[in-house]
Amino acid sequence: MKKLLVATAMAALVSTAVNAEEIKLGVILGYTGPIESLTPDMAAGAELAIKEVSNSGALLGGSKVTPVRGDTTCTDSAAATAATERLVTSDKINAIVGGDCSGVTTAMLQNVALANGIVMVSPSATSPALSTIKDNGLFFRTAPSDARQGQVLTAILKDKGVKSAALTYTNNDYGKGLANSIKTNFEKAGGKITISAAHEDGKADYTAEVGALAAAGGDVLIVAGYLDQGGKGIIQAALDTGAFETFVLPDGMIGDSLPLAIGADLNGSYGTVPGTDSPGAAKFGEMAKAAGFKAGPFSSESYDAAALILLAMQAAKSSQSKMFKDKILGVANAPGTKIYPGELAKGLKIIAGGGDVDYVGASAVELIGPGESAGNYREILVSGGKNTTARFR
Amino acid sequence: MDGILNALILLSNFVIVPGMAYGSQLAIGALGVTLVFGILRFSNFAHGDTMAFGTMITVLVTWALQAWGVSIKPLPTALLALPFGILGTVVLLLLTDRWVYRFYRRQKVAPVVFLIASVGVMFVMNGLVRFIIGPDDQRFADGDRFMMKAREFKRMTGLSEGIAFKTSQGLTVLTAVIVVAALFWFLNRTRAGKSMRAYSDNEDLALLSGINPERVVLITWTITAALATIAGVLYGLDKSFKPFTYFQLLLPIFASAIVGGLGNPLGAIAGGFIIAFSEVTVTYAYKKFLYYTLPTDWAPEGLTQLLSTDYKFAVSFVILVLVLLLRPTGIFGGKAT
Repeated sequence: MKKLLVATAMAALVSTAVNAEEIKLGVILGYTGPIESLTPDMAAGAELAIKEVSNSGALLGGSKVTPVRGDTTCTDSAAATAATERLVTSDKINAIVGGDCSGVTTAMLQNVALANGIVMVSPSATSPALSTIKDNGLFFRTAPSDARQGQVLTAILKDKGVKSAALTYTNNDYGKGLANSIKTNFEKAGGKITISAAHEDGKADYTAEVGALAAAGGDVLIVAGYLDQGGKGIIQAALDTGAFETFVLPDGMIGDSLPLAIGADLNGSYGTVPGTDSPGAAKFGEMAKAAGFKAGPFSSESYDAAALILLAMQAAKSSQSKMFKDKILGVANAPGTKIYPGELAKGLKIIAGGGDVDYVGASAVELIGPGESAGNYREILVSGGKNTTARFR
Repeated sequence: MDGILNALILLSNFVIVPGMAYGSQLAIGALGVTLVFGILRFSNFAHGDTMAFGTMITVLVTWALQAWGVSIKPLPTALLALPFGILGTVVLLLLTDRWVYRFYRRQKVAPVVFLIASVGVMFVMNGLVRFIIGPDDQRFADGDRFMMKAREFKRMTGLSEGIAFKTSQGLTVLTAVIVVAALFWFLNRTRAGKSMRAYSDNEDLALLSGINPERVVLITWTITAALATIAGVLYGLDKSFKPFTYFQLLLPIFASAIVGGLGNPLGAIAGGFIIAFSEVTVTYAYKKFLYYTLPTDWAPEGLTQLLSTDYKFAVSFVILVLVLLLRPTGIFGGKAT
């Protein structure tokens, strides 16, 4: 009798182990470094989706999902590679939400993800170079390429009647890619970029850089940098010397810490950050508030990145990257039932029942081309010492 | 006429005012280096990190004062905290001397051994500062940021160029004048100052005439600590405090001291301004300046920038090399380096 009990108990254990499993997702972002003020909200977004799925018990026969954090530092490719390597080999993560900055994301993909066949979904790497990189179908992003941001920024500049602009960018893959995109689009539209100069992050003083920008002149100064780093220094020095009064702020410069640090002088500057006015965005805002964090820049993209991975696992009936990598585009795009934030359990059940879903999520996900977001942008206007949303593009 | 005026104001705004402030900061830093070289006879590589340490103490005390609501508006609170920073640095330098340099002094080792020891001290201080306050940027400036804003200047004068004058820049230049005057008065007029100069000129003769060497060393370190902390705090107020940039400052500071002539205080001050102005003038883009001064159709298309701003440090390197090649004792004739 006793033997029989043990046998049945063991059989029960084994049978559940076949279906339900312990799934781990790496949330690998720059918790230190130039965008450290954004990453806590981004990670919270991804972890919210993970918790939602895990608690629902609807994924792969009640599998539990846990997040594991790793630091990319945003700038140090060696550190990002080492962190990712550790998570893949010793923590045995199934997929990666990350990286954040374009340079380290490229390094993570080429050095770790490709070698180990791990799916990466980046919420915020926006360099156009990532569209054409060799990825074996493993790399996706819920953020749009900066090729698109250049078009959107040009449209805004045209609307504001800007004819000439000085441009400075942070000296890395993100800055260079974005600066190129802005320059090409703006000049195609008949505008004039008077100077396109790189700046290094982490310097004490940017007066000399601003001197060159001021000499070239322009109606506005476009700062394709980071808000906690050289970008802030450039704006401060430009205001101090009275060189420029209006600044154009691409996504790396959007965050609450910038208007706070600069003060009233930043009012009237404007910029762009990925975002939409879809019902999903509002829903996500409420969920974030309830969970005790802010739906800041890229946090909705992070939520969507994690959600897409988990939905694709369900569709492939497997938590293995090589199995579910082909399912991501399918769950992200039409046809199918539209799934909004907070409805992940519903989506999982539809897929389990053989149905098809079209994940809309918090950032109106629509993956195009090699698996990147088509690109909806929020036009930001700094007014009253705060980033406010002017409209959606 | 307006063109010339605009050109002058433009140049003041981007070259002369920042150059003056930066030059003063380098000069005070170079004075500390030159003093140690003249009296203790070695190149103190730990000077940049001594500045960082002094500034760190000042920053911490400033934060405490701000938390208690103490302020001396419109001046930055850091000025109140400065004496504490100096005190902390004096203690640190005297301990370093006790634990490191005194040993070598008694052995009468060659200056190069001192120099290498100071590199070791530099790394320890480097770690100490990062351990206490961290490697990040710290903001501690408060009070009024500007004495004159570019926008206000434009409105007042009706010119198309403005000039901005930051409180920290004014403070830097003023403090530099006071510090230099006080130092020269001390070295030339007081008994202690004279004994220091005697010790510097001829150690044996000084000992014979009854000068206590340990006392001279003590005074030298105390003054060095004060100079380093003042230079560091002024630089931090004007720009920002980050341990790594202070370590990088070592190069222009040494260049200033050597260009002027190591061991020569007057040379250190001149060297500071020479280095600062070369860095700024060589990397400035003169396009707009020429636009104002030249006839309209002569204005250049390009930026007319000799070197990109990334090469700032290269400028001090080149000047350093040239001076060492052509006049190894420095422009104002210090000791051979």
